[in-house]
Amino acid sequence: MKPFTNFESRIVVLPINDVDTDQIIPARFLKTTSKEGLDKQLFYDWRYDGQGRPKPEFILNRPEARDAEILLAGDNFGCGSSREHAPWALTQFGFRAVISTSFADIFRGNALKNSLLPIVVPHDVHQQLLDTVSKNPAVKIRIDLPGQKVTLPDGRAVEFPVDRFSKQCLIDGVDELGYILKRDQAIAAFESHFESSVDTLQA
Amino acid sequence: MSKPRTIIEKIWDAHVVHEQSDAPTLLYIDLHLVHEVTSPQAFQGLRERGLKVRRPDLTVATADHSIPTTDRSLPILDTIAANQLAQLEKNCRDFGIPCYGIHSDKQGIVHVIGPELGLTQPGMTVVCGDSHTATHGAFGALAFGIGTSQVEHVLATQCLLQTPSKTFQVRVDGSLKPGVTAKDIILGFIAKIGVAGGTGCVLEYCGSAIRSLAMEQRMTVCNMSIEGGARAGLIAPDDTTFQYIAGRRHAPKGAAWDAAVARWKKLPSDEGAVYDKQITIDADRLEPMITFGTNPGMGISITAPVPDPSLISDPLQRDSLEKALRYMGLEGGKPLLGRPVNVVFIGSCTNSRISDLRSAASLLKGRKVSPNVRVMVVPGSQEVKRQAEAEGLPEIFRAAGCDWREPGCSMCIAMNGDQLQPGEYSVSTSNRNFEGRQGKGGRTFLASPLTAAASAVTGVVTDVRTIL
Repeated sequence: MKPFTNFESRIVVLPINDVDTDQIIPARFLKTTSKEGLDKQLFYDWRYDGQGRPKPEFILNRPEARDAEILLAGDNFGCGSSREHAPWALTQFGFRAVISTSFADIFRGNALKNSLLPIVVPHDVHQQLLDTVSKNPAVKIRIDLPGQKVTLPDGRAVEFPVDRFSKQCLIDGVDELGYILKRDQAIAAFESHFESSVDTLQA
Repeated sequence: MSKPRTIIEKIWDAHVVHEQSDAPTLLYIDLHLVHEVTSPQAFQGLRERGLKVRRPDLTVATADHSIPTTDRSLPILDTIAANQLAQLEKNCRDFGIPCYGIHSDKQGIVHVIGPELGLTQPGMTVVCGDSHTATHGAFGALAFGIGTSQVEHVLATQCLLQTPSKTFQVRVDGSLKPGVTAKDIILGFIAKIGVAGGTGCVLEYCGSAIRSLAMEQRMTVCNMSIEGGARAGLIAPDDTTFQYIAGRRHAPKGAAWDAAVARWKKLPSDEGAVYDKQITIDADRLEPMITFGTNPGMGISITAPVPDPSLISDPLQRDSLEKALRYMGLEGGKPLLGRPVNVVFIGSCTNSRISDLRSAASLLKGRKVSPNVRVMVVPGSQEVKRQAEAEGLPEIFRAAGCDWREPGCSMCIAMNGDQLQPGEYSVSTSNRNFEGRQGKGGRTFLASPLTAAASAVTGVVTDVRTIL
């Protein structure tokens, strides 16, 4: 993983509540055995018509979405399935952060493991951002992960929560597995007194 | 005296491997269930790092999501799906994991086979790269869905980094009226709290109505915990639980059984244990439930009208409802009862077990399904299929005009060709009614097997109590 650095970007607005992972990437695209090539399938059924032609009115097909690295979504973004294909598709499209008032648990965890920063802001800030971008789609905001703040177009800095461990992993560009593998002694110690309930290999 | 603990805290405490102040807790996993869709990239990760599977003896795989539900002796026409299924079998061979693949007599939906093989047991931590893993919570296990990165973590280390969830007690008291089922309990609960009402929580279902449910019905309830936003949902084990497990393939035997039961009896939440959230539901007042919209929280009693967006003041919430009704082709304020349906789907990890099939068959016996409706009955596993055949259920389904198929997730997730056509309406016993979930442009009404069977007979959304 690449270290997560501070950045400034325009915003893609998707002001819909409860966007589920079947919308982010429909299940029929999950037959792949690779993590790659998912950017074209992002929001596929909202983005393309029945003949596979881009729907010009959908936000990701509009010029203002080009090169934007921030998605501004409604409450409870990413609800539904555990498919990690959802953050894979979002990052491959170019997003580095999603801003919402809340995220579904599994999506939030998956996003953090893929250098996609889920940013929770209060409702008033969310509304202000929606209003600002609707008036001027070219506005940019700055995201500062070490400082845990979003700098709004009016210069106001808004803090956001992120757990210490995930933050460090993102900044260092390392994944959790490295940390867990280093706890091998603790795992072995646990297993020395742990009695497994089942043996799936038993004939 | 130590502080009273919930069953959730007891299971957590027993699985803590390592704690330090600047990181989440390292938690040991008792059972890891694997399927073809969310695992290939995890195995690839192991290969890239040169890692082995730490505990193949605590891991089991099956094929369910992209598997066809047609004749298994025929080749799989979808080459991408065929490749994914072959990759699962290869990964399991390479890493020494038992795999119940397409031709196995133990194949089935991952959340159906775990319990039926006796692998799912009280007090366990169970994970799977699938959000419906909470199904196993019916046994008093802490069971939750994980992403593919975490599948790789568990394969490599049998551990996961986790932060404790809030605890949410869901008390369901009273008794269910005829025609009202476990599915209606969970749809009623989710309609009450909404699809994000359980975010950050593990649910514990309790109360007299839950106690009186059989294990398969408890699985239906726990299965849909994620649809209320919760990571997991569980039910404390009792004699019903022990009786279900006893004698199953992987259940403890002899003295080990007695020791296990003694251990399991200590799991229920202590008197005075404190929960972060609580809710009470009156089972006596529940009616058959059905969803009208595009998430599982958009549910109503089957006799109620569809909600009217003009009565909602919050603009985003009103937009959501309007968008859902537009997609569903419905009008606010009008009833769902009597609306024509094109397809009825009986199956999925929510409602494909033998009791679900018996329930649907009891209504379909001696009746014909409406000529306008295509009805698919998809058993949850080879074991469920064999049991149904022993009881003569396929004959009842076929005589009524239903299609009796091979086990798999099928039209719940529509990855395998079993799908709705654009604009079609289904009454489905599955768990998700998201846009396109059962096929691009398809429209789903979620309901119980009884409601689904009743609607199959009449060809319209039907209150089962009118034809019981």
